[in-house]
Amino acid sequence: MNAVLEVANLRVAFANGTQAVRGVSLKVERGETHCLVGESGCGKSVSSLAVMNLLARGATRSADVLRFHDTDLMKLSERHMAALRGDKLAMIFQEPMTSLNPAYTIGSQMAEALTRHRRVSRAKALDRAAELLGRVGITAPGMRLAQYPHQLSGGLRQRVMIAMALMCDPELLIADEPTTALDVTVQAQILRLLQSLQRELGLALLLITHDLGIVARMAQRVSVMYAGEVVESASAEALFAQPTHPYTRGLLACIPIPGASRRDEPLGSIPGVVPRIGPDFQGCGFRDRCAHAAPICAQVAPLQHAAPGHDYLCRLPPDWSAAEAA
Amino acid sequence: MSLRHIAFGLGVLIVGVVLVAGVLAPYIAPHDPFAQDLMQRMIPPEWMDGGSALHPFGTDQLGRDYLSRLLYGARISLLIGTLAVVTSGLIGITLGILGGYFGGRVDDVVMFAITCRLSIPLILVALTVVAFVGSSLTVVVLTLGLLLWDRFAVVARTTTMQVRTLDYIAAAQAAGASRLHILSREVLPNILSHLVVVATLEMALAILLEAALSFLGLGVPPPLPSWGLMIAEGKDYMFFSPWVIMIPGIALFVLVLGINLLGDGLRDMLGAGRRP
Amino acid sequence: MLQFLLRRALLAVLVCLTVLVVSFVLTRLSGDLAISIAGPNATAEDIATIRQNYGLDRPLVVQFLDWAAHAARGDLGSSYLYHAPVAGLIADRLPITLTLGLSGLAIALLVAIPLGILSAMHEGTVIDRGIGLVALIGQAMPSFWLGLVLIIVVGLKLQWLPISGVDTWEGYIMPAIVLAFSAIPALMRLTRAGMIDALASDYIRTARAKGLRTARIVLKHALRNAAMPVVSVAAVQLGFMLGGSIVIEAVFALHGVGYLAWESISKNDFPVVQAVVLFLAIVYIGLTLAADMMNAVLDPRLRSA
Repeated sequence: MNAVLEVANLRVAFANGTQAVRGVSLKVERGETHCLVGESGCGKSVSSLAVMNLLARGATRSADVLRFHDTDLMKLSERHMAALRGDKLAMIFQEPMTSLNPAYTIGSQMAEALTRHRRVSRAKALDRAAELLGRVGITAPGMRLAQYPHQLSGGLRQRVMIAMALMCDPELLIADEPTTALDVTVQAQILRLLQSLQRELGLALLLITHDLGIVARMAQRVSVMYAGEVVESASAEALFAQPTHPYTRGLLACIPIPGASRRDEPLGSIPGVVPRIGPDFQGCGFRDRCAHAAPICAQVAPLQHAAPGHDYLCRLPPDWSAAEAA
Repeated sequence: MSLRHIAFGLGVLIVGVVLVAGVLAPYIAPHDPFAQDLMQRMIPPEWMDGGSALHPFGTDQLGRDYLSRLLYGARISLLIGTLAVVTSGLIGITLGILGGYFGGRVDDVVMFAITCRLSIPLILVALTVVAFVGSSLTVVVLTLGLLLWDRFAVVARTTTMQVRTLDYIAAAQAAGASRLHILSREVLPNILSHLVVVATLEMALAILLEAALSFLGLGVPPPLPSWGLMIAEGKDYMFFSPWVIMIPGIALFVLVLGINLLGDGLRDMLGAGRRP
Repeated sequence: MLQFLLRRALLAVLVCLTVLVVSFVLTRLSGDLAISIAGPNATAEDIATIRQNYGLDRPLVVQFLDWAAHAARGDLGSSYLYHAPVAGLIADRLPITLTLGLSGLAIALLVAIPLGILSAMHEGTVIDRGIGLVALIGQAMPSFWLGLVLIIVVGLKLQWLPISGVDTWEGYIMPAIVLAFSAIPALMRLTRAGMIDALASDYIRTARAKGLRTARIVLKHALRNAAMPVVSVAAVQLGFMLGGSIVIEAVFALHGVGYLAWESISKNDFPVVQAVVLFLAIVYIGLTLAADMMNAVLDPRLRSA
């Protein structure tokens, strides 16, 4: 059986020449949570918007494979893509405060997600909306339906966004930093909610985050992105057990580990910032910030296997860190 | 060269040509604009049947040379436009800066004044004043100047509010500079680019209003060759000789378009924000 | 909300009073009314009689207070020229001016909003620039001249529409178009700016993620949020149009309030002029108030604030 979403060599360029996504490949299976992780500005959101064909004007995408089940999304007209969006393919965004239209009620915005794709009455759609609001843990859903976005807190709005994305029983849910704008306690609730929904509904979840804590908690598979490329891809266990790409290792070093990190040791951070990748850029995007950079890094980095199902994009051998430690 | 530059260049060209025409009118006009010749009435322009090279744009109902009147009319439009903008600018900018800088009660009063001004029906009151005081160039300039300051005040007020919070104003205050000094030397230069754009808009408006007042017979008095007045005087003849209203009308349209293009270009160059 | 409305109402009354005082003083200081009324052939005795009959010999303050007191009771005085109550004169002519103003506004909105939306959807393209140019041209067109040109071309040459008067509804078409012309550029620019902001917002991305069709996204989700400033300005423009219809009514010989005002100004019929100024000021203030309430309907955030 095919993966729910399969992407190979996805590229996105902006009108100003910036190469925002440079050959991203990934698969999301049914019932799986796939985390796309990386610093801000590394192309995670742009990749997900490219999958949904929601890129801003001026951005162009290309891909060898961009498939949802058996449907080639690259070949779909915007009209047919729109018919799929919000139905089988749903997405929620980072900004719950601004992602709902201030002029319409929650009920109206949720109902239209269903009436757009199914032949149901508005009343039926509102029933469905109330049911889903209850399911995402919102009390008194009937009352909420009549409220406007500004009357709801950020956490509630994100729950509404999730419920709205579920209106048509999607098979794939793309969640772009769904908890970043929220308080820590609310974050935990939303993540628990996503987890349980995924289990119940068998959703394929593509979760975009910069937070490795969330990855550890949620992911079955992880793709680490840097400067528009997936630099390492592995099962969550393998990634945390044996991070291979220097960037992944750098990211992991940023998390303080109770007991393991010494108190006087400074919290890790990777020096430097994500570079802007112009049209003529060549070689490894991380080389300017990498402690192991060598002249050869100016050439295209090789894709290597650390283990079955564990790939990384770097010149270093799989066991380089062990060798270094020895 | 982009479309934007072409538009701005066209604006500069139009305003420049009209300016030169107005200034040099006494030297380039082929005839005396006031000289009547009842034997030479309603001669069509040179390019039409019955036209003559003696009167390139023809003559009006009193036999006055139309080209000469048009050239002298440029002076009136530009003079009224400029003076009205200077008057209204002085009033509006002063009020706006005071309201924006001091805020509180002062601002309340300024906002109230702006609301009142907007509630006064512009053309009606202008007409009334001109009618009762008597029509003359000075009266038209003063009336328009006293009525058109609202946009200056609104823009000066909002931009001053933005500038007020900036560091160098605080520095000037801390250095003990007088309020007058801060307002005239620190605030005004920093909001000037916005005000220049407003000035072009208001100048265009003042020129159109003068023409409308003159058209209604309550603007500049005859026999002055105001373009609006020329249209009014030609109105009775327009069915048989449409050019009598077309020529001054097009002149008016082109001049106002030129000023607007100039203003748009300035706004883009000075980065003075969106058109209000 | 109630307090807000009360504040607004109080402000409106204050503005009205100020406008009145200003226009009263402006016109009275401009010259001796009695001389104007009496005409060029009057003797000094005639003028004195007129001054006494019309109460013009009293101090200005007394005259004003007397007038204002009557006006507050709905008595706007009598026309010197028609020897009839001013209120009646205005009421008789109001339907023409209102029809003209409202149809002018309707035309302006029908043209400006679609153009503004189109411009925003194609921001920075040739379409956008072309529409911007049309707005610039509209702004530079002297309305009375446009009226005359239309009369020559459409009325006389093509004979599609009547040249003047409003005996049939067709008579309103040309004046309404001319009146609309002056309001279109501002409304269009505002619609464009609002739509550009709205279309770039996160909730539009959400609407697209739901798979909604473009028409619904633009017309339902974006336009609703871009509409608020347009409503405010449309109200203000209607006020300006009613005031500006004086020129249009003169061009097309429509006997509306504007024409009455023009006539009264030319003939020194002071009570009528004063009443029309008051009337237009009240209409303007009422319109801005109405726009605020419309916005409260459009924006749920304002309603609960």
